Amino acid sequence: MCTLEKRGRLFLLKLTGDGEHRLNPTLLDNLRSAITQIRSDPSSSQSVLITTSDGKFFSNGYDLALAASDPPLRALMAAKLRSLVADLISLPMPTIAAVTGHASAAGFLLAMSHDYILMRRDRGFLYMSELDIELVLPAWFVAMIRMKVASPAARRDVALTAEKITADRGLEMGIVDSRHGSAAETVEAAVKLGEEIVRRGADGHVYGRMRETLLREVLHAIGSNESASNGVRNSGSKL
Amino acid sequence: MCTLEKRGDLFLLTLTGDDEHRFHPDTISSVLSLLEQAKSQSTRGSVLITTAHGKFFSNGFDLAWAQAAGSQTGAVNRMHQMVESFKPVIAALIDLPMPTIAALNGHAAASGLMFALSHDYVFMRNDRGVLYMSEVDLGLPLPDYFAAMFAAKIGTSIAKRELLLSGKKIKGEEAVALGIVDSAAHDSVEGVVEATVSLGESLAAKKWNGEVYASIRKSLYPGLCTMLSLTAKIAASP
Repeated sequence: MCTLEKRGRLFLLKLTGDGEHRLNPTLLDNLRSAITQIRSDPSSSQSVLITTSDGKFFSNGYDLALAASDPPLRALMAAKLRSLVADLISLPMPTIAAVTGHASAAGFLLAMSHDYILMRRDRGFLYMSELDIELVLPAWFVAMIRMKVASPAARRDVALTAEKITADRGLEMGIVDSRHGSAAETVEAAVKLGEEIVRRGADGHVYGRMRETLLREVLHAIGSNESASNGVRNSGSKL
Repeated sequence: MCTLEKRGDLFLLTLTGDDEHRFHPDTISSVLSLLEQAKSQSTRGSVLITTAHGKFFSNGFDLAWAQAAGSQTGAVNRMHQMVESFKPVIAALIDLPMPTIAALNGHAAASGLMFALSHDYVFMRNDRGVLYMSEVDLGLPLPDYFAAMFAAKIGTSIAKRELLLSGKKIKGEEAVALGIVDSAAHDSVEGVVEATVSLGESLAAKKWNGEVYASIRKSLYPGLCTMLSLTAKIAASP
């Protein structure tokens, strides 16, 4: 499902296996416990998280087939993703998504929940698929899009054209920070970036607070969603 | 004054005649009624393309009609009437259950530019036509829903300043560079229309659910929707 590795000051979180890494309740729980583990590591405030995946997909979004067979699971997956993203936003360390496969819908959202997106340019795309599958975007998804995609035209391309965004286009649109020739090169570049960030020596706790401030609209939208669905607010972010 | 034509999946809204297509209570009312018609006839894959004949897309509100009231108070009232009655036109566009494309044949100024920007995609000519927010030159403040549109659709501080505070007449190439329009690649009105029809057809081919499309559009512009009293009907989506 996912593995967590430590390489020096770098945490490597990997969505494993050749599948679509659909964000079902189990995977989301695994990801959240990995984040909890990272957070409780003594050197966490001097570290960097890199999230990547095996295979053709970064993540193809929620497990919609599961939700179709058991409707309450849809709300459960959404609640778990909101908690995970809130955790990522408050994480006391910089975060890098090394996108080496397709990232669609909630999977695209997960990539955007990282501070940096590095992407392979030979394959794969970022795709906010909701319009194509007749789903509306939750307000908190839109809040993330507004924070991470700067130009109104690019936001329209993401949400209303449902563009399949390659690394080249992502770079143009300001969504992707850098593009690389292959999956391996992308991960290597993420490691290199991570090491460079670690060398700068910023305090992770301060970093996490700053990110929360910058992304407060997203946190607010996540919070509003919680109250609306009477969910239990994940308080793991209050350090 | 204005017509609505159907060509396959495409609704073509045209401001007809060789005049400035100024927004006057009658034109506003006609445009609104045609937008309502398009909405009522919309199906999966519907797309709206708005264009105009002549040198102007639209040169804004009919200020001469306002002045013809004969008194300062009368003019102010007539201006107010136009500003208020235009709001539902903008709301109708933001709420329209289909992608919308503005094909600018010529100049778009003030409420004419507002009308253009209310579309999802804006194409203009390279060789002719300017975008011009004349308010600063005319000494008119921006209505609140105009300001909300610009906040929603214009990305950079520089572009906002150039458009709203400089009184500049912005040509195609600069409009693209500032991110105000999507394209200014064509040197003729035929070129622009052809390009918008081509885009329209590719969007139509997606056969999108119009209600979902409109809902996603509204969710992108929450501040604007509040000004227009539009609620993004986000159902039970996680």
